[in-house]
Amino acid sequence: MKKKLLTMLMAATMTMGLVACGSNGGEAAPTTDGGADTETAETTEAAPSGDLIKVGIINNDPNESGYRTANDADLKAMFTKENGYDASFAYSLKNDEQIQAAQQFIQDDVDYLLLSAADTAGWDSVLQDAKDAGIHVILFDRTIDADESLYDASIVSDMDKEGKTAVDWLAGQGLDSYKVIHIQGVMGSAAQQGRSGALDEKVAAESNWEIVTQQTAEWNAEKAQQIVQSQIDAGKEFNVIYAENDDMAKGAVAALDAAGISHGVGKDVIVMGFDCNKWALEELLAQNWNYDGQCNPFQASYIDEIIKTIESGSAPAEKVVIMDEKGFDATTITQEDVDKYGI
Amino acid sequence: MSKTKEKDSFLRRLVSNQMFIPLMALVLLAIINLIHDPSFFKISMGLNNAGNHVLSGYLITILDYGSELAILAIGMTLVTAASGGQDISVGATIAIAGSAMLHVLCGGVARPTEVATPVIVAFLVACLVGMLCGLFNGALVAIFKIQPMIATLILFTAGRSIAAWINNNELPIVPDPKFGYFGGFIPGVPIPTTVFIAAACIVVIALVLKFTNLGLYTQAVGINEKSSRLNGINPTLIKILAFVILGLCVAVAALIKVSRLSTINYSVIAKDIEMDAILAVALGGNSLSGGKFNIWASILGAYVIQFLTTTLYKFEVSSDALAAYKAVVVILLVVFSAPSVREYLGRFGKQLRAKKEVA
Repeated sequence: MKKKLLTMLMAATMTMGLVACGSNGGEAAPTTDGGADTETAETTEAAPSGDLIKVGIINNDPNESGYRTANDADLKAMFTKENGYDASFAYSLKNDEQIQAAQQFIQDDVDYLLLSAADTAGWDSVLQDAKDAGIHVILFDRTIDADESLYDASIVSDMDKEGKTAVDWLAGQGLDSYKVIHIQGVMGSAAQQGRSGALDEKVAAESNWEIVTQQTAEWNAEKAQQIVQSQIDAGKEFNVIYAENDDMAKGAVAALDAAGISHGVGKDVIVMGFDCNKWALEELLAQNWNYDGQCNPFQASYIDEIIKTIESGSAPAEKVVIMDEKGFDATTITQEDVDKYGI
Repeated sequence: MSKTKEKDSFLRRLVSNQMFIPLMALVLLAIINLIHDPSFFKISMGLNNAGNHVLSGYLITILDYGSELAILAIGMTLVTAASGGQDISVGATIAIAGSAMLHVLCGGVARPTEVATPVIVAFLVACLVGMLCGLFNGALVAIFKIQPMIATLILFTAGRSIAAWINNNELPIVPDPKFGYFGGFIPGVPIPTTVFIAAACIVVIALVLKFTNLGLYTQAVGINEKSSRLNGINPTLIKILAFVILGLCVAVAALIKVSRLSTINYSVIAKDIEMDAILAVALGGNSLSGGKFNIWASILGAYVIQFLTTTLYKFEVSSDALAAYKAVVVILLVVFSAPSVREYLGRFGKQLRAKKEVA
């Protein structure tokens, strides 16, 4: 008897649940079953859903780096109710989880899907689904290997250009020979490919450029420290540390410090980093490092502009928007630069 | 005849000793390195950039980077022995403890000009946080009888986000160079500080095991919970205690990790270190389903793993392939500890001895 009652109760709750889903399914918080870290900014209770533009934002984990933290904060500050947006965020460093989150957002019928892909491959079918559902897709920060017709706009840093700017700067230092320890980011990411590509090309082209070791430290300072430590223990000679982000450059420098190898302006080893964290630019200012390449994390205003354009009924002027980015040299950087560009 | 028997039993004792596997692995690695490049064992004295004389070389690197792992292996062995399962939240709790430490040190400001509180206070807070995490895991395992791996999955998943939340998602940097001593060198001492920290932990646990019943009770609970209860031991308490001790080890490891760079990165700090710690316990020949344990074998196992890692770096193995090599070690361990293989080896050994006797 008791069991029967329980079953009936459960059945009743389930039906109620279904009805509830049916009535406001459009506003239900996206939940991903695969473990992608999804979080809704807020539930839209009283607000008429017609007024707010519904955006689903898929980003990498904001704890990944200072860059991502700044990027996420920038997006969260822009896509608020006050600015006319109803935003949901999903975070993952894994491509498959991100794709799952995208599918969820499509089911939830968002107006815009903003995407910073963990990996460049594998997005075709889910973006096709989005297109079929009439959802505008805007890529930010990272490009993907998919047909251009699948997205409305892409706001990116040109990683190839970042790499090239850095390598050109290095070539401009006029060393007799370049012996480079190359510490790479997570293999396959756009930042890694762009920043590695420029250096690889240069090393292949010039006879006095040489890679001492090329290892991935996966954006991890500790790993970078161990890699450089190993090179020092082996007694290898090198005069350039080319680290693909600031954290890894910091790890490398820690190994140099422990071994008594001087680094910085006019010293034995040239240290190069990327992303322009504030603390890294301060290292430049103190002339402990030599170069830092910018990777602009502030894309929200660009995205906002594009959404406004699409909402007004016209197509964005350019499909690919490339953001302005700089490279800083320790000999010319000023405190002003640190305050303005540090993240 | 009697002499060969003596030799035989000596050999058998050696092989059956728990230290045999990690020692063999260590010797094997050492021989490989010796053949490939004897300069692997060279230790030299040099000046570091702070102007101190310090020792350097691969062996020093191994001792240095192996210390966190050795410290964690202590706690992980106790947890494994008492609960018959492993704690996979170690890396994430290092992030939490480290984050709490930095929060206290920097007074909640991302870029302070000087430390807000003495290091010792910050460290004690980190210990408290680490032990609380251990208490949480331990309570789930001991009171709610959840499998250790599932119970610790909670902090494994949430830990790094909690760590980021503690510091409001900012990455504080400790301005005082003295804080770097814990993960580097103290001026005037040529040996990495981490070696002393690891040694201190090892001495403490040795004293605890010698002068308390912790070891005996842990083993008793791990072998048979019911009969240990009948003999007046409280299994719940012992299990929770094991997790809390691991929490303490985590806090010490967090101090080293955070000190190495005087900052923290929540998503990558101590990444996958739990797997290495569990591997250290397994390499030490401890049963992963609980019961008898040998902490010294685990600690040796930890250094063997670091030896392997350093060797692989030396051979310029791509660092994302390191995990694959460790997997090979796991496979070998699992195969050799499988009952069917053991039985076969035992039979084989007996046959060999029998033949000798006949001869």
